[in-house]
Amino acid sequence: MTTVAVKPATMAQALQRAMRDAMAEDPTVHVMGEDVGTLGGVFRITDGLAKEFGEERCTDTPLAEAGILGAAVGMAMYGLRPVVEMQFDAFAYPAFEQLISHVAKMRNRTRGAMPLPITIRVPYGGGIGGVEHHSDSSEAYYVATPGLHVVTPATVEDAYGLLRASIASDDPVVFLEPKRLYWSKAQWDPAEPAAVPGIGKALVRRTGASATLITYGPSLPVCLEAAEAAREEGWDLEVVDLRSLVPLDEDTVMASVRRTGRAVVVHEANGFAGPGAELVARIQEKCFHHLEAPVLRVTGFDIPYPPPMLEKHHLPGVDRILDTVARLQWEN
Amino acid sequence: MTVQELPGAGASHRSTPPPAWRPRTDAAPLLPDPEPYRVLGTPAAEKLDPELMRRCYAELVRGRRYNAQATALTRQGRLAVYPSTVGQEACEIAAALVLEEQDWLFPSYRDTLAAVARGLDPVQALTLLRGDWHTGYDPREYRIAPLSTPLATQLPHAVGLAHAARLRGDDVVALALVGDGGTSEGDFHEALNFAAVWQAPVVFLVQNNGFAISVPLAKQTAAPTLAHKAVGYGMPGRLVDGNDIAAVREVLSEAVRRARAGGGPTLIEAVTYRIEAHTNADDATRYRGDAEVEAWKAHDPVELLERELTARGMLDADGIQEAKDAAEAMAATLRERMNAEPVLDPMDLFENVYAEQTGRLREQAEMLRAELDAEEQS
Repeated sequence: MTTVAVKPATMAQALQRAMRDAMAEDPTVHVMGEDVGTLGGVFRITDGLAKEFGEERCTDTPLAEAGILGAAVGMAMYGLRPVVEMQFDAFAYPAFEQLISHVAKMRNRTRGAMPLPITIRVPYGGGIGGVEHHSDSSEAYYVATPGLHVVTPATVEDAYGLLRASIASDDPVVFLEPKRLYWSKAQWDPAEPAAVPGIGKALVRRTGASATLITYGPSLPVCLEAAEAAREEGWDLEVVDLRSLVPLDEDTVMASVRRTGRAVVVHEANGFAGPGAELVARIQEKCFHHLEAPVLRVTGFDIPYPPPMLEKHHLPGVDRILDTVARLQWEN
Repeated sequence: MTVQELPGAGASHRSTPPPAWRPRTDAAPLLPDPEPYRVLGTPAAEKLDPELMRRCYAELVRGRRYNAQATALTRQGRLAVYPSTVGQEACEIAAALVLEEQDWLFPSYRDTLAAVARGLDPVQALTLLRGDWHTGYDPREYRIAPLSTPLATQLPHAVGLAHAARLRGDDVVALALVGDGGTSEGDFHEALNFAAVWQAPVVFLVQNNGFAISVPLAKQTAAPTLAHKAVGYGMPGRLVDGNDIAAVREVLSEAVRRARAGGGPTLIEAVTYRIEAHTNADDATRYRGDAEVEAWKAHDPVELLERELTARGMLDADGIQEAKDAAEAMAATLRERMNAEPVLDPMDLFENVYAEQTGRLREQAEMLRAELDAEEQS
């Protein structure tokens, strides 16, 4: 028996492969957006799709996000399965009315007669040295809108699996791609991708006994690094990767917090009314008697996203996470 | 002064732009005629198809009666709100009649009459306005999109659907309805641009009824006409008398035929007038005078057709009575059905938010269930 060494793949390649495989399997899958055709997207995530499937299946649209998403609604009404690329987090905002008033509500307002299987891919988050309007963490807007699923991968394998699951979903999915992890690598064999996971299942990425770090997307590698560093301080941290903000896998979160008794939520998005606020509220509702300390948060500051030369002060880093873990009342 | 004559401009500095893009030089046919197209009261009316026009007349009379009944139901508290189309019936009816069965209609919230004229059960059409659910029908069954309350947002849907149908090789045209106010929205612009770039089989019918609630067209646009907006997108613009059902039907029919044949989209402006207030909640006397309304009442779509058909011997007193009787019967049935209390199940609130209920929704549904059970027991 010979084993072939699997080359490391990037998250960008896994995402491309997910769309490619979905398009090959299902002729109703259409990719559309700005620069997604000939160029392959500004991040090259749709590289080669127009060439392989034709411009009618991978379409360069006019530069108008409401029009892109609105047209995708009509296409989905007719039975297609559009995969829309929003070029950057902050460039998705012109499509908000379509997203909130139509995409999110269509299944409900038609009593289930007309669900919209649309995947909206949004590169999000900072840490890439982007100038203004290229680094927003916009997830709080999406998770506050009933009717949308909000999914975000943190690993190469999940990038493939979760995007396949999102495209296969009959509900609209806002698929948030942590753009600073686009070029992260892992041993991943595109010829044998793992089974497509269901949407809404969190994963314990690292087991530990002292406290739980709850995170997702771009902050997962930071949390794993913090957990390694914490060993020196004598803390054995568990790390939960949510993978999906809606639906939220509360069972996995609560089980972990009940085991460890302490928790910190980590995300780049602003703290005020961010996903962490919801998590903290739910943990105290469901795990109050298991808690050894208040649940804390490490988030982006409540400021407009900073200019690139200052963003390192804004983003949750290992030191800030460890400082926060230190405040979990270890003296008790 | 030409470029060559500009100071410092010499042959050596001249360059030829790359052939990536060339301006269109054939814009003239896209321009609308300066006057709204009319048939009724003109020699063109000689060619009217009597049977078709009698059907139009019956639908107009029914439509007028539907408007009156819906307004009455609103006064009685049976509808939460009703945006009237009195005065605009010709546009509503023509839009419905011009489509084939497989075509799609994309109405705004004001266009329940068009939906009814296309064959939708009036009770289902009025569900949104009664308030027992948002959309009272399966859009795919009637090929009528949900009534769109956010202005102009239904237009890109029409483009996307028409585009998808064409990609699949299906013979489907989408007709999207919008008002004059809606033409100021960004979605109007984006939809028309997408439609033209994709050459989608879609027709946009703007019912210019003079007002966006209270704001007159002069404060809405500086365009010569709304139909002129088509030219900037590279599609033809057509201007038509929106109270002349024969004219609206003809212009719409031409546009639909062109779209079906692969000729791309058309923008049609139908000049009409909203005789009644924006809705029952509006007071039109605050922004317009009676004289203006009276002048438009003299150009009434039902009377225009009735006069023409009667004068040409295509319609007699019996025919008129027949149309009125049919309209009364429709109104009586509608009244009776709308007077029945709608059946509400509060637990429906949690259905169809997602294909599969989330844990959070299950918890909230249990909470409401318990509240309802407690209410029932007390």
